[in-house]
Amino acid sequence: MILDGKCPSGPLAEKWSKHCQEMKLVNPANKRKYRVIVVGTGLAGASAAATLGELGYNVEAFCYQDSARRAHSIAAQGGINAAKNYPNDGDSIFRLFHDTIKGGDFRSREANVYRLAMVSNHIIDQCAAQGVPFARDYAGYLDNRSFGGAQVSRTFYARGQTGQQLLLGAYSALSRQVAAGSVRLHPRTEMLDLVVVNNEAKGITVRDMVTGKISCYAADAVCLCTGGYTNVFYLSTNAMGSNVTATYRAYKKGAYFANPCYTQIHPTCIPVTGDHQSKLTLMSESLRNDGRVWVPKIRGDRRPSHDIPEEERDYYLERKYPSFGNLAPRDISSRAAKEVCDEGHGVGTGGRGVYLDFGDAIRRLGEDKIRERYGNLFDMYEKITDENAYQQPMRIYPAPHYSMGGLWVDYNLQSSIPGLFVLGEANFSDHGANRLGASALMQGLADGYFIIPYTIGSYLAQTKPGAVSTGNPEFIASVEGCEASIRRLLSINGRKTVNEFHRELGHIMWEHVGMARSSDSLAEALRRIPELRTEFWENVKIPGGEADLNQELEKAGRVADFLEFGELLAKDALLRNESCGGHFRVEHQMPDGEARRDDEKFCHVGAWEFKGSGREPELHKEQLVFENVHLAVRSYK
Amino acid sequence: MDLTLYVWRQKGPDDQGRLEEYQVKAITPDMSFLEMLDVVNEGLIRAGKEPIAFDHDCREGICGTCSQVINGMPHGPREKTAVCQLHMRSFRDGDTIYIEPWRARAFPVIKDLIVDRSALDRIMQSGGYVSVHTGGVPDANAVLISKADADTAMDAAECIGCGACVAACPNGSAMLFTAAKVAHLAALPQGRTEAARRVCLMTEAMLKQGFGSCSNHYECQAVCPKGISATFIAKLNREFIKAQMPGQ
Ligand SMILES: Cc1cc2nc3c(=O)[nH]c(=O)nc-3n(C[C@H](O)[C@H](O)[C@H](O)COP(=O)(O)OP(=O)(O)OC[C@H]3O[C@@H](n4cnc5c(N)ncnc54)[C@H](O)[C@@H]3O)c2cc1C
Ligand code: SF4
Ligand code: FES
Repeated sequence: MILDGKCPSGPLAEKWSKHCQEMKLVNPANKRKYRVIVVGTGLAGASAAATLGELGYNVEAFCYQDSARRAHSIAAQGGINAAKNYPNDGDSIFRLFHDTIKGGDFRSREANVYRLAMVSNHIIDQCAAQGVPFARDYAGYLDNRSFGGAQVSRTFYARGQTGQQLLLGAYSALSRQVAAGSVRLHPRTEMLDLVVVNNEAKGITVRDMVTGKISCYAADAVCLCTGGYTNVFYLSTNAMGSNVTATYRAYKKGAYFANPCYTQIHPTCIPVTGDHQSKLTLMSESLRNDGRVWVPKIRGDRRPSHDIPEEERDYYLERKYPSFGNLAPRDISSRAAKEVCDEGHGVGTGGRGVYLDFGDAIRRLGEDKIRERYGNLFDMYEKITDENAYQQPMRIYPAPHYSMGGLWVDYNLQSSIPGLFVLGEANFSDHGANRLGASALMQGLADGYFIIPYTIGSYLAQTKPGAVSTGNPEFIASVEGCEASIRRLLSINGRKTVNEFHRELGHIMWEHVGMARSSDSLAEALRRIPELRTEFWENVKIPGGEADLNQELEKAGRVADFLEFGELLAKDALLRNESCGGHFRVEHQMPDGEARRDDEKFCHVGAWEFKGSGREPELHKEQLVFENVHLAVRSYK
Repeated sequence: MDLTLYVWRQKGPDDQGRLEEYQVKAITPDMSFLEMLDVVNEGLIRAGKEPIAFDHDCREGICGTCSQVINGMPHGPREKTAVCQLHMRSFRDGDTIYIEPWRARAFPVIKDLIVDRSALDRIMQSGGYVSVHTGGVPDANAVLISKADADTAMDAAECIGCGACVAACPNGSAMLFTAAKVAHLAALPQGRTEAARRVCLMTEAMLKQGFGSCSNHYECQAVCPKGISATFIAKLNREFIKAQMPGQ
């Protein structure tokens, strides 16, 4: 089937406003009759729930943490983009749009990305009005920094804790609506299933993570804002609880999963130290503004960094990409790091690391300036590695970080199931095959504050409020299904822990479906993942009971989904027989090692439809049409 | 390194709870404290026992989920460091380590090391915001904020809402947490309009939620993983007095 993204017609710059005028409105007096479920309280979910609450809808908001404020958006460090052009350095909405399309290696929808660039400016205004303490200059104006993949300074930031401050802004707006009675919060509650009635999303089934009780909620529409799936690699920069469960179970209920193979490996993370490692910590990309990336020219050089003279250092990003240098986009920088390490130039334990050196910047600007810009990141680095990065270079290595893929949505952020909307990292919409830095925060807040309030209204205006209740057979069946699957997990009583399975899956994914993929490696992954899954269902050991706070049971449910989802990801990667952005197939590269796209065959979104357990999913395509940008070879040289 | 742990185990809110002893072997200094507990838990699961329940999520010191009292100190021995950022190099081979949950009247224990901190959310709901709707706001550069004010606001806004300050306080007061939010918003023009109302509502909510009042022990500042300064408490007090003045 050919999917329709439902992009409005007309000139690019007018599509959104024209669409806003055409959308249906809900009568203000009727809004409170509509109930909307918002799963997730990160930037996307909190901004959506707060705004829908303000508009007068009845909102039920869910998250698995003990407080809405702890969603993983809190960990974003570097900043958020907007096309304000405050520095007067040539930025514009069109340029932000163009950079984002190009950064995504021409695999995203023009209309969506243009809208994103348009509303980016409102986001900064909104956040400043909420009291987000953005960095300022001495005259009191907002300060900007540059980020990878752009030649203008358009990134707004709050020290190294931009995500925290933006999320606390959204959380405070949410708290205000809780006090006003329009939003009800359900923390420590995990979504286990989507309930679909007559082909429309009408509710969810959840597990109370304290009592273990399974119950369901009915609503007139459901928004999934449940974040990304990079924990399929086990080690990633995501939170321990980040999962694919919510989106994957929606997929199993009929929502199409788009481009699962588009995953982002972030170039600047603290390298792995051993088998005990439970997660990886990002060092914000903003560090590449002042840090220079290098490795020793001599293979296996074990001298301490300060003993390696300047002429024996290879500043490989500056050498290979003279115009972008250390600010080359993430996919490119990550692959370059892997290459130099594969060639034996890596530093640190196991030779899996490259230097990020602030020596020059400290000499130029002074240590205080660097401390002011990145102090918290240097502290974080020191806590983890016991090394002082003011005195010696940081060691960094790429790590799984972000998922560009996600549930397929149309221009209205509506999935293939009417009434199911997907926002933030959980959808696939705006970043194509590679996301540029500082654009996920922008997208999450754009979706939640400025897009969903319009598009969901148009959907709701065409439905009757309260059409279904939890007494419907679909709800009862969903609860029974979730209970049965939990009982099945608990009854296995095997010999391996959930973590062991997760670690093994992560190993398969990282080795065979990671930064460099080939048809052989993917075939190997597709052979090994189902084997591991079979073993999981025969041999996993989960202590404790169902009617209790049981963290192993929570993890087991998530890992069970990753074990299915990993296969879908690998399948998608195998079928996408080209290289683009973060999806690098070794068979398809230029003579200089850059990704080679195949626009003739693959200029489309690949969206998978679940066809039943044990059956092959079906691939649907949405053709990508470029009317305003020229499909060029992406060059950062 | 080898360690002896005494860990608080409590099946549920109604269970009495007790410290249990665990012998842990082959821990390396580059492991984080929580990774050490992961190792203990894997061992417990293999032995058919229930693992230790503890809260954690980001494991990088920013979400505020992790919450353990280590050898009597909320978040353990290292200054400005959340439990999840603590590494085993802060301990020595043969050490005995006591691990307990946050203890405060307003934070009932749910299980083992996990407590209920929703009272902090309720303080925020009482007034920890600027009452602005989405849309219709001025350009972000239309309101200038001096760098000094923006920096003060940010210093206060760094609070991760972990509740260690409450756990450290002999009175179980949430004064540092509340003051951080009051001071953050009071430092900015956007937050000034409601400053008087906010400080009254939030202080009242704090007491209503079962937190004690502040008698200047400053234990809160000592354990705060973000180094939130107790001077913000003085700021809250000033805002509170201002709010009582005629005309407010
Ligand atoms: C370390 C790090 C640094 C980053 N830095 C930047 C940056 O500088 N700039 C930038 O633009 N982007 C950055 N990103 C990316 C960006 O932070 C994320 O993409 C974005 O915040 C995701 O927001 P979200 O609202 O979609 O999801 P999240 O913030 O991840 O929220 C997910 C929500 O869903 C809930 N949830 C998930 N599953 C379930 C379930 N099954 N049941 C119930 N609830 C569930 C969670 O409780 C949570 O509330 C960074 C990401 C990381 C990991
Ligand atoms: S003030 Fe410090 S200790 Fe208290 S909640 Fe905030 S971060 Fe935690
Ligand atoms: S787990 Fe997030 S702060 Fe410790």
